[in-house]
Amino acid sequence: MIEISHITRKFEHFTAVDDLSFTVAEGEVLGFLGPNGAGKSTTMKIITGFLAPSSGSVRIDGHDIADDPIAAKALIGYLPEGAPSYPDMSVLDFLEFIADIRGLTGEHKQQRITQVINDVELSSVGHQTIETLSKGFKRRVGLAQAILHDPKVLILDEPTDGLDPNQKHQVRNLIRNLAKDKIVIVSTHILEEVSAVCTRAIIINKGRIVADGAPAALEAQAPAEFMIETQAAPGKLEAFFRSVTEPGAK
Amino acid sequence: MGKTGIIFKRELAAYFSTPLAYVFIVIFLVMNGIFTFDLGGFFIRGQADLQPFFSFHPWLYLFMIPALAMGLWADERKSGTIELLMTLPIRLRDAVLGKFLAAWVLSGIALLLTFPIWITVNYLGAPDNGVILAAYIGSWLMAGGFLAIGSCMSALTRNAVIAFILTVAICFLFVSSGSPIVLNAFSGWAPQILLDAIAALSFLTHFDAINKGVLDIRDLLFFTAVISAWLLASAIVIEIKKAN
Repeated sequence: MIEISHITRKFEHFTAVDDLSFTVAEGEVLGFLGPNGAGKSTTMKIITGFLAPSSGSVRIDGHDIADDPIAAKALIGYLPEGAPSYPDMSVLDFLEFIADIRGLTGEHKQQRITQVINDVELSSVGHQTIETLSKGFKRRVGLAQAILHDPKVLILDEPTDGLDPNQKHQVRNLIRNLAKDKIVIVSTHILEEVSAVCTRAIIINKGRIVADGAPAALEAQAPAEFMIETQAAPGKLEAFFRSVTEPGAK
Repeated sequence: MGKTGIIFKRELAAYFSTPLAYVFIVIFLVMNGIFTFDLGGFFIRGQADLQPFFSFHPWLYLFMIPALAMGLWADERKSGTIELLMTLPIRLRDAVLGKFLAAWVLSGIALLLTFPIWITVNYLGAPDNGVILAAYIGSWLMAGGFLAIGSCMSALTRNAVIAFILTVAICFLFVSSGSPIVLNAFSGWAPQILLDAIAALSFLTHFDAINKGVLDIRDLLFFTAVISAWLLASAIVIEIKKAN
């Protein structure tokens, strides 16, 4: 269980996250939506302990991210925005390094590395250095390090950005399969993705939650005047998204 | 292996996975040769010691050590991997220490590879090897001081070249703080006690003492304190600036 209570993050001239509170339970796949600059990444950075909030608290399975960061971070697998990784390392060396830091050892370590390499299909590039990989492969290396220790909480900042349609499909399947007894938070711009993998969606705008519910329930609320192009389900969610986030929205 | 050890191993391997480590070592050895034999007059002096070799180390380190340190944190910030590193279950001190130790060990390897000059001086005469050992230890400690400053400067910026220039500037102040260049700026208006304090911060004074074979605990403590203080400053800077 992740409990986020009243987190606010102020930067010099603006408030990126404004008194945000929500909880996510095991088995939920939460889609985290919002326009650019709405505070999605900032919120994820606060949940994973990279940024300290100006006020408020985050608890991961009872561990406060500020007071007990090591225990809380050990439960989390995190794919930061842009999937950063060390460019001069080979894929295998990089995963080996993450496994060591995560405290995996011996047989179990090798087994997990083999497993995630299969899961995200990296076996063809295992010995290549990361800087020589394409964007899609880099993204998958980032995913591999996030799921390597079979974390209870998975936080993915735009996991399918830069992937082709087949890879997107594959990553969505992966998220669905992983989600069984885990907590997954996925931020994305691609609304069809929310309908495809998420059990719940939160839309934030200007640092505040403007909608929270099952994707289907949000789609049902889409006002008619925002439905222009299509009547299909993703289109409905898009219409709802625009109705709550466009300038002038209530 | 602790978390510091894992970071250390990765960082050291990273130096050797690019040409940086090899370029550093080769240039360090070549420059040492030029300084010792040409400028230092190793043969002309006719003395069986390594004074001309060690006395150039502060000036050699001034430009070479910042090159080792400049990427320590600036590159992490630039590539975004700092976000990955800081959300792994490690303490900040594991990362600061692991990175510093990797750079320090690399500078130690370069220093050890100067052993032919030690063999040379032992072949030619009968030097006091105790003094030479003390000077090697002092030189390595001084390299650690430069590196700790570099670590802090690298944490200040996401641009490694800026980190390099800042490190050279700060290191220059520390090397030369006992010399008139720096002291003249203070004499006349600052109280004598401040002048003495500034002069006491000089790397040169402390290193010269060790280089002469006087392995005074105060000089060793000085470099240990410099390293600790600048690493602590690195950690504080990283904590404050990591999100920018």
